[in-house]
Amino acid sequence: MIALLRRDLTLAVRAGGGFGLGLAFFLIVVVLVPFGVGPEAAVLSRIAPGILWVAALLAALLSLDRIFALDFEDGTLPLLATSPLPLEGVTLIKGIAHWITTGLPLTLAAPALGFLLNLEMSAYVWLLASLALGTPALSMIGTFGAALTVGLRRGGLLMSLLVLPLYVPTLIFGAEAVRRGALGLDATTPLLMLAGITLGSFALLPFAASSALRVNLR
Amino acid sequence: MSIWEYANPKKFIATTTPLVPWVLGVAIACLVVGLFWGFFLTPDDFRQGSTVKIIYLHVPAALMAINAWFMMLLASLVWLVRRHHVSALAARAAAPVGIVMTLIALITGAIWGQPMWGTWWAWDPRLTSFLILFLFYLGYIALWEAIEDPDTAADLTSVLCIVGSVFAVLSRYAVNFWNQGLHQGTSVPVATGERTISDVFFVPLVICMVGFGLLFLALVMVRTQTEIRVRRMRALEMRMRS
Amino acid sequence: MNLTVTDLSVARGGAPVLSGVSFVVNAGSALVLRGPNGIGKTTLLRTLAGLQPALSGTVDVPEDAVAYASHADGIKAQLTVTENLAFWADVHGTKMPDSVFGAFDLDDLRTRLAGTLSAGQKRRLGLARLGVIGRKVLFLDEPTVSLDGFSVKMFANWLRNDHLAHGGIAVIATHVDLGIDAPELDLTPFRSTAHASGGSDEAFL
Repeated sequence: MIALLRRDLTLAVRAGGGFGLGLAFFLIVVVLVPFGVGPEAAVLSRIAPGILWVAALLAALLSLDRIFALDFEDGTLPLLATSPLPLEGVTLIKGIAHWITTGLPLTLAAPALGFLLNLEMSAYVWLLASLALGTPALSMIGTFGAALTVGLRRGGLLMSLLVLPLYVPTLIFGAEAVRRGALGLDATTPLLMLAGITLGSFALLPFAASSALRVNLR
Repeated sequence: MSIWEYANPKKFIATTTPLVPWVLGVAIACLVVGLFWGFFLTPDDFRQGSTVKIIYLHVPAALMAINAWFMMLLASLVWLVRRHHVSALAARAAAPVGIVMTLIALITGAIWGQPMWGTWWAWDPRLTSFLILFLFYLGYIALWEAIEDPDTAADLTSVLCIVGSVFAVLSRYAVNFWNQGLHQGTSVPVATGERTISDVFFVPLVICMVGFGLLFLALVMVRTQTEIRVRRMRALEMRMRS
Repeated sequence: MNLTVTDLSVARGGAPVLSGVSFVVNAGSALVLRGPNGIGKTTLLRTLAGLQPALSGTVDVPEDAVAYASHADGIKAQLTVTENLAFWADVHGTKMPDSVFGAFDLDDLRTRLAGTLSAGQKRRLGLARLGVIGRKVLFLDEPTVSLDGFSVKMFANWLRNDHLAHGGIAVIATHVDLGIDAPELDLTPFRSTAHASGGSDEAFL
């Protein structure tokens, strides 16, 4: 399993766009928002938690269809399916690799973008914590969506339709944690819920994803 | 004699065909009686006036919107465990009915909400949950339509339905946490047995609920028959070509 | 160890294509599948490899001994030849034998990125994977596509001397003569009739 993780990360680095594209998208969305709602610092500061979370979610969504599509096209997936790796392990590793290439950089870049939106000082800790706890769930849920649509032509759009409703609880708790942080309140409860969603996703979704993958490989 | 016998497509069609007119008839009767009673024979609410009468469409539709998803979940599980085709096709047949019920609940809710809350739409937990349910239906139907092979489609949509159910429940709690809301509590709490609605309104409401339930049943039976016939055409075409 | 297939029926897209296929391949021998395009060679091999379920019948072979190879090699263009092979060795928990580079004429290409290889070189790399993963039962779907005559001979040599000679088994669907001494199985007689049972549409007819 480590070999697969190492290979996916190597590919992400060498193929280019793996780390960079999602980050660039994140930056652009955050930069576009003030153009849409106006430059007023008070307004921006109020909506910053939501904007940062929605932008991070969209950036994660952007690269989901690459999780399985490349391995499907070049025939790697059937070879992995007949290898000693359990397919559940493969999907789990794919989710982790996706998080390392998108969720982790997004988490680290988010505070810098928080400055652009005048995010309250008290919210930065919660922003980092909520993204660190929440983006793994985004990756794993997305891996499930990618496994469902891997055999489809033009599966990308459909996958967004399937995955976005599944993202709702993560988004609500994630943005709520930052919002409470910005108001100077304690945000432990939404963070715990977020951690619960992430752990639950990693415990259960690999099974759902691998069964979908098996069906698509038939 | 086991219940699984009805999972045979031919047996299903043979059994349901004579049932459909009766179920549909009773459903229409219930709806006519319930709606007429509800709209014209009940007094106006002292606070909400006559707008309250939209409850006879709103509540049964909302009820069936959720129950339709439950039925799809059960049918999906049966398909995954026992591989009965009728089960998968029934789940497929129920989805469009369910999404229409969700839409009716949302639209009647907006019409009701406008004079009551002064707004067509509020990001109230119940309203939002229904909007999310609508999105789940949309994704489910889109996945069915996107996959050509019927068995693959049945498998994948079943997995989606199960995972979706878990996340739908999660969303419900998340949304509750997120916004406390304007929506009144349920009028017919099953668990506590106490009613916040008086008998004058309640009896026609129950009749409407029964009517909506039977209407749903009839529609799903007819649509499942259609799905079975579509599959049969496809099978016959494939045999002719080979 | 041997591969025993009993009364196997396989389906493509829910429709039965082959019915009643039975054969035995003993350790150290190969079987060549023949038949016109569309008869179901690929479907049969995928079913044997466990990628899709059989309609009926049994495939008796230790599951952890099976490897499958098709036209799609699973080669990553951004990895070098050595890295590609090392990955599969890691996944299968085997040590990569150095001899494999010689056997598939990849010695000079070790550090080349796979994306810069020609079609034939890529195919050799894809086949070299079989020499790395140490699986005893190989299901090969048109292994010699885009190989020149010399490379075909090289692959046949590897198959005979390094695989079969060490007790391996191979079932190969191919249209070219590999020059290995193996019985052939023509699949035409097993073609499913229009009324064959077991298809996913059966309940609807």
